[in-house]
Amino acid sequence: MNARYDIIVVGAGPAGSMAAFTAAKAGASVLLLEKDQHIGLPIRCAEGVGAKSIENLVPVEPRWIAQKISGVVFHSPSGKKLNIQSNQVGYVLNRKCFDYDLAQRAANAGVHVLTRAFVYDLLNKNRICGVKVRHLGEKKSFQAGVVIGADGVESRVGRWAGLETHVALKDMETCAQVTASNIDIEADKIHFYFSRKLAPGGYLWIFPKSENSANIGLGISGEFCRKKSPYDYLMEFMQTRFPEAAILATNLGGVSASKPLKHVVSDGLMLVGDAARHSNPLTGGGICSGMTAGKIAGTVAANAVREKNVSKKRLQPYAKTFDKVEGKNLKKFYNIKEFVYHLSDKDLIDIEQQVAKLPENKRTLVNVFRVALVKKPALIADIIKLFA
Amino acid sequence: MITIHHNPDKCDYCGTCVAVCPEDAIELAESSLTICYQRCSACKRCIFVCPIHALEVEDERKV
Repeated sequence: MNARYDIIVVGAGPAGSMAAFTAAKAGASVLLLEKDQHIGLPIRCAEGVGAKSIENLVPVEPRWIAQKISGVVFHSPSGKKLNIQSNQVGYVLNRKCFDYDLAQRAANAGVHVLTRAFVYDLLNKNRICGVKVRHLGEKKSFQAGVVIGADGVESRVGRWAGLETHVALKDMETCAQVTASNIDIEADKIHFYFSRKLAPGGYLWIFPKSENSANIGLGISGEFCRKKSPYDYLMEFMQTRFPEAAILATNLGGVSASKPLKHVVSDGLMLVGDAARHSNPLTGGGICSGMTAGKIAGTVAANAVREKNVSKKRLQPYAKTFDKVEGKNLKKFYNIKEFVYHLSDKDLIDIEQQVAKLPENKRTLVNVFRVALVKKPALIADIIKLFA
Repeated sequence: MITIHHNPDKCDYCGTCVAVCPEDAIELAESSLTICYQRCSACKRCIFVCPIHALEVEDERKV
């Protein structure tokens, strides 16, 4: 462990490990700090990713994949279900193993890793120059040219640097999830339930992890959970739908469903992943967008350090590039979310009935949205671009 | 002014409350959560977003 690094990454999730790996590969000395004792745990994630998206980012190890997914099923508030035609393959990951391996990949590239390292402040003399850490009861300081905040939805790094990172109540999806076994499911299909009764301002998901186990969870908008918590909603669903299930894990957490942050860099500092609100506002998925951000940020940071210029202006290309490849789409997804999550159960049943009239081979995701967004033609144009 | 009761037996330390607190009044450490009442504006957003209602207004708490 050194006292000084070119780059310090706070948080060893996929975004942080990707940033650390990329920066080290580009020649920087990197320290990766994780507050928890085991990288990959706790799992606060439904663990789903698109196969193509993840394969574009990292060579995928078979052990990361719990279950291959080839179908999508939508459940309407009426109780009816619609099989959606899709030629896209997805994976439900083992995040415990996935996150751990990504950190190891960074370590193999020369990154120093420290677990149980809780960052409690930035070293800040006129501009960011490192972090203050509590590690096993001891206070330590590490200096750095650039600090990359990959510290998740609860991120403090950005706020310490004066960036605006607060999430509006309505844009916070608050979630509960169980990993359940002894359940009767089709292992190659993911299920989405849309209903005000089951998950107001969000949705309920079933993501299979094996033939008879799955991540079952729901997210509800912060504006709809004053009376009943997501955990209460989930327990009701489990008792009704899977009364015999064995619950092997329970996870709680929030996903921001906001637009990505306007400002993700400042002098000597960058934010990536959930900390930068890079999760998809419609789906809540954030693994691939976070890793994309990490990859770009790691490259820009390493180059900036080499040029001995870590000013906000020098780090700005990260923000610009991310916006071009991912951020623009996230903004479109936000507008779609704003519409879709405010549909009433009656609207949703109407959509289900109209889609059911289509021949089975026409029941694609794009066509479902075409029906759902019929009153919002501008959003249909976005959908066609997003799913093209 | 309200007092917020934090139930450590329920809390998962997920930090959802931290993300929505407009006053940065919630300090989440390794396995502790403290509310800074000098900053708290009693907006209750933290209470609403907690996935398992581990935060409650003290008065409304069922004893």
